[in-house]
This record gives sequence, structure tokens and C-alpha cells, in this order.
Amino acid sequence: MTDTPDSSSDPHAPKAQNVNLLRKFLNGTEIDTRLLGMFGALALIWLGFHFYGLIFKGFGAMLTPRNLWNLSVQTSSIGIMATGMVLVIVTRNIDLSVGALVGVTGMTMGILQAEIFPQYIGLGHPMMWVITAICGIALGTLIGSFHGWLIAYRDIPAFIVTLGGLLVWRGTAFLANNGKTISPLDDTFKLLGGGPYGTIGATGSWIVGLLACAVVIFMLYNGRRKRSVHGFAKRPMWGELTVGGLSCGMIIGAVLLVNAYPWPKGIVKQYAAANDITVPEGGLFISHGFAIPVLILLTVGILMTILVNRTRFGRNVFAIGGNPEAAALAGINVKWMTLKIFALMGALAGLAGVVASARLNSATNALGLLDELYVIAAAVIGGTSLAGGVGTIYGAILGALVMQSLQSGMVLIGFDTSIQQIVVGSVLVFAVYLDNLYRKNAK
Amino acid sequence: MTNERTGTPLVEMRDISISFGGIRAVDGVSLDLYPGEVVGLLGHNGAGKSTLIKCLSGAYQADSGKFYVDGQPATINSPRDSRDLNIETIYQTLALADNLDAASNLFLGREITTPLGFLDDGQMEAETRKIIARLNPNFKKFKEPVSALSGGQRQSVAIARAVYFNARILIMDEPTAALGVHETEMVASLIKELKNQGLGIFLISHDTREMMDLCDRVAVMKNGQLIGNERVEDVTEDDILSMIIMGKNPKAAA
Ligand SMILES: Nc1ncnc2c1ncn2[C@@H]1O[C@H](COP(=O)(O)OP(=O)(O)OP(=O)(O)O)[C@@H](O)[C@H]1O
Ligand SMILES: [Mg+2]
Repeated sequence: MTDTPDSSSDPHAPKAQNVNLLRKFLNGTEIDTRLLGMFGALALIWLGFHFYGLIFKGFGAMLTPRNLWNLSVQTSSIGIMATGMVLVIVTRNIDLSVGALVGVTGMTMGILQAEIFPQYIGLGHPMMWVITAICGIALGTLIGSFHGWLIAYRDIPAFIVTLGGLLVWRGTAFLANNGKTISPLDDTFKLLGGGPYGTIGATGSWIVGLLACAVVIFMLYNGRRKRSVHGFAKRPMWGELTVGGLSCGMIIGAVLLVNAYPWPKGIVKQYAAANDITVPEGGLFISHGFAIPVLILLTVGILMTILVNRTRFGRNVFAIGGNPEAAALAGINVKWMTLKIFALMGALAGLAGVVASARLNSATNALGLLDELYVIAAAVIGGTSLAGGVGTIYGAILGALVMQSLQSGMVLIGFDTSIQQIVVGSVLVFAVYLDNLYRKNAK
Repeated sequence: MTNERTGTPLVEMRDISISFGGIRAVDGVSLDLYPGEVVGLLGHNGAGKSTLIKCLSGAYQADSGKFYVDGQPATINSPRDSRDLNIETIYQTLALADNLDAASNLFLGREITTPLGFLDDGQMEAETRKIIARLNPNFKKFKEPVSALSGGQRQSVAIARAVYFNARILIMDEPTAALGVHETEMVASLIKELKNQGLGIFLISHDTREMMDLCDRVAVMKNGQLIGNERVEDVTEDDILSMIIMGKNPKAAA
């Protein structure tokens, strides 16, 4: 064998050099192309809707702090569930019941905080929100465990169990309060859904942002140190700096963005009156900052990423997805794992129920309707393979953001619900097709 | 010979039977294994070799029969039970999770963790590099999922997994089927080395010559039954072939 020719002797040198540069960038930073593709899709959607608005309506509403802030809040409950759906799909299962679980847990929490708990601890008790949320999450966990038990220990396919669950729990949510809506909810509970008061303000957001940057830098440093210990190949220094710079840049950009969105005048007036502040002539600029549900999503995302990448549980989940027989032969209790995965999915659906009902400040039996489809779509668009064994948490959260961006972009430019459905459906199918192409090329 | 079969056997399988929907895949087989001994299992396709050793490895539960390890009765209801008895198995199908890398497969179900309980991937990869270097020095793809490996490389991972955990009893179901000449030789010398360390090895292979070379004893199965169980120095290759094909033991007849 002779040496493979390098790019200098290549007749298509300029093009090859570009390709090499990109390859070198990707290798050096270890950014995978799928992540890049997701950011590309997101940028495309955001710019597309913005300029569509700008050109045809005279106003681009997509890329405003207000809209992007709303987008972050709207993404929360789907994003929370999508992280759990990754594990479900990775192990070659599916959960069609998550939307109905949001409904039934939301409804139950509504009844608990409006009718049951006040009898014992009084309306507006400061602990009301915690107790209610814990009950909701516990109920989700319980139902998820039951589904998991039917699937793992009674060998009923997940598709059937959770399809049944979808109907059963949606029906239960209706019966629970005879179809009546419960509103308003507890004042503190409500903050979990966002809204002007359900935010951490400018200072809080800076603290969160800078903390996040510190964590990113620490993780890069620690990763490098670990590779040194074992003498493995390290990223080139410029690669580390690029990754660190990009990540911190995005975090700080997000902080600037959420801080650029002020409270509406009415809220400011109300707040000023309540706190004896005089509003100056030009009005008072009070930033929203990060919304609490977004922080919940980020926390869930981080914890789930640790669970998936750094624990035995996560490793075993992927082993089961890659080869269930091999996992069983390696001594992994596949049934028990399956039950736990569905329990976790149920818990996350309960948490999403908290966020969704708090955001609406009401519990209705239609809460979370069709969420299962958005959640599955988010996971799949985020690179989770329905064949099992492949998927990432960050991908699923980005997938949720992509889905929500599409949805909200279409609302902004005034598309009907029917057209929205057509577009979302087509995009899902197209995304999976693109994913297939990507996988084939990657091989 | 060094391997006088004295003392208690490492493993003894007594009268093992298992059926799949009416087919008696293993039919009353009794077989033992002594420390430092390599016992070869031969037989035509579908003879029941893999099924027999899967009963020992906990992958299947025998319908009837008993296991003794070091002379003590042992219950083997799951792969975990078998591992706890220091029995390691290389399955014919390799039993690898294709989406995971070599280190994750090697430590599957027995991951190394840090004091805080998190996976220690660095340590696992370092250990994997060490053990695989002994089997296949050309192996380089430590970061890729094993689906990206060649058949022989995958087999190296499966062998490394069985050898790594200091087994006392090793089951190897056609471990060299996909290996090149050089790699096969390395596995053969590994088997000899392990045997000298006092391990007992069940080896399954269709290569009669290789078996004559590596094994102390050969056991031949046909249609789920044990046809013969002879020391290699007492039989010829033709004897073995006739047992495999005719299902008769010329020794027993003689
Ligand atoms: N899980 C199973 N379900 C049903 N039948 C099975 C199962 N496993 C094995 N069998 C049957 O048991 C018999 C023995 O199979 P086994 O795999 O033990 O053969 P083998 O001797 O290992 O053959 P080979 O040399 O081809 O590997 C075959 O008839 C096979 O069809
Ligand atoms: Mg076999």
C-alpha cells in the first residue's frame, strides 16, 4: 500500500481544504455534527419566521426577547417529559400515556390544593405548593410504575399498555371533577409555571448564568485532567477554548436575553404599590430573568444527563436498548429496569403536570392533550432512535425547543391550527428521514 | 500426565435435561470438569452444546438435573448466580451491546464506579486497553461502538470480558470462529496459560484437530445426548468424527 494522498496533491484542493478545516474543527472540539445540525435547524426556524413576519407583516415578532422568553416557558413541560421519553425509547419501548398523565396529575393537584388540603391546613398555607407538587409527582410515579409492571412482568407491549393508559387516565381526569375546571390555584404553586412573578429577576439570572459558566469550565478542566491521568488523547487547547467560549457565550447570551424582557407596565405598577416604590417618569425597567419552569427544565436536564452518562443505571439502559439478551446475560435485571424507567417517566409527567397547570393557573381535564405526540417528536427529532440504543438528553430538549419554535412561529404569523398540524406532522416525518440519511453517512 | 483427575471436580453437571416445546435439546447429560482441565464439547449443529452450557451459565434454567461446584450443590437460576460462582461465559452470539464501546461491554453489569458511585469510564477504558492488548495487539477502536468492529475484533472483546474477571471456570462457545490465524493462536496460548493457572475450561468448537490439540478430554453430543466422554490420548480423530456423525462411541463398543 502506498500512502494515501494528502490534500496538497488533490486536484480539488480548495474544496478539500474547506472540508478538512471543518473536519479539523469538529475533531478538535469533539462537537458532533448532529448537535450542529440541530442548532442549524433552530436558527433556520427562528430566522425564517422572523423575516417572514418582517417582510409580509412589517414586523418580525419571532426574535424578540418577549417571544423567546415565552418560547422558553412553553418548551418546559414538553422538554421535561422528553428527557424521560429518551430512556423509554432507548429501551425500545414507547409511552403514549404521558399527555394523559399530565392531565390526571394536574387535575388531582388542582383538587388537592383547592378542596382537600385547605380543610386540614387552611387555604393559602405556605407549604401548600410543596405538598401538592409532591403528591402530583408521586401519583405520576405510581401510575408509571403500574404501566412498567404490566409491560415488564405481564409482557403486554408498551404500545398497548400506554395506549390504554392514554384513554384510562384522560377519562379519569375528566371524572375526577366531572369535567369542571379548577381555578385559580395556590399563589405560590402558580409561580412554578412562570409568569412575571414566577421568575428570578436580573440579578438571579446573572448568578445562575455565571454559576453555569463556572460549571462548564470546571467540567472541561476536569475532563482534561482525567484524560491525562490515563494517558488518553486530549483535545487540542484551541478546541477546549472554543467549546468553553461557545458554551459560556450561549449562557451569557441567554441571560442577556431574558433580562432584556421587562415586566409589563401593569405588573410593575402593582409591584410598586405593594412594595411602596414610586415609579419614575420613564417607567421602571424590571427584568423577568429566567422563568422558574425553565430552571426546572434545566435542572431536570442536568440530572438526567448525569443519570444517563455517569451512572450504572444509565449505562444499563443503553445496554438494554442495544441488545436486551446481552444485557440479561450480563446479569442486568431487564424487567426491573423497565419498571423503573416507566416509573421515572411517570414522575417526570407528574412534574410536567405541575408546570403545565401552574402556567395556566388552573387544572382542566384537557391539560396535556396531545402532549405525548410532541414529547415523542421532540425525542425523535433530538436523535433518539426508535430502533433503540441511541439517544441523548440534550438532543431531546433541543428537539422540544425546535418543535415549540415551529409551533409558536406559526402562531405568530397567523397560521390556523389545521395548518400548524400539517406542518408539525410533515416536519416530524422529514426529520426522521434526515436522521436516517445522517446515520447512513455516519457509518 | 499432569492432569490426573483426582480430588473434587470444579464443576459437575448431573443428568441435565431441558426441552423447548417438545424438543429435548439436552437429554440427561452428565459432565464434569477438573481444575486445570480443558474439556472440549463437540457435536453436529443443533446437537445441544450451546444449550447445555447455557444451563451452566444461567442463561437457561434446566428442567431437571443438578449442578455441583467444588463438590457443593449449586443453584443456578440466572446469569448472575453463575457469575457469582466465578463462572464466565463467552457466548456463541458474543452477547455484546452493539451500541456501546468495548469498555462498556467488558464491564457490562459490573461497571467500575468512583467512590461517589459514578461510572469511572477512564479507569474502565484503561483496564480494557490492558486486557485486549494481550489478545489482539492491533485492536485500536476503543472509542467506537462495537457495531463498528469486525467479527474478530468483537470476539476479542467478548473473550477479554470473560478473562478479565478472574474466573475459575471458563465457558467458551466457539471463541475462535471469527478469528484470523494469528488471533486464533493467541487465544490458544491464552487457553494454555489459563489452564496452567488452574482454571477449568469448557471449550466448544467444530475444529476437531484444534480440539485434539487444546483439550484434555473431549465430550461428544448428538441430539441432546452425550455420546462419548474420552481423554484425548485414548481416541483418534476418526473416533471423534464417527461419534459426531454416527452417534456411537467406538470405545464403549470395544
Ligand atoms: N431458545 C430456544 N428455543 C427453542 N429451541 C431452541 C432454543 N435454543 C436451542 N434450541 C434448540 O435446541 C437444539 C440444540 O441447540 P444448540 O444451540 O444447543 O445447538 P449447538 O449444538 O450449539 O449447535 P451449533 O453447533 O450450531 O452451535 C436445537 O434443535 C435448537 O433448535
Ligand atoms: Mg452452539
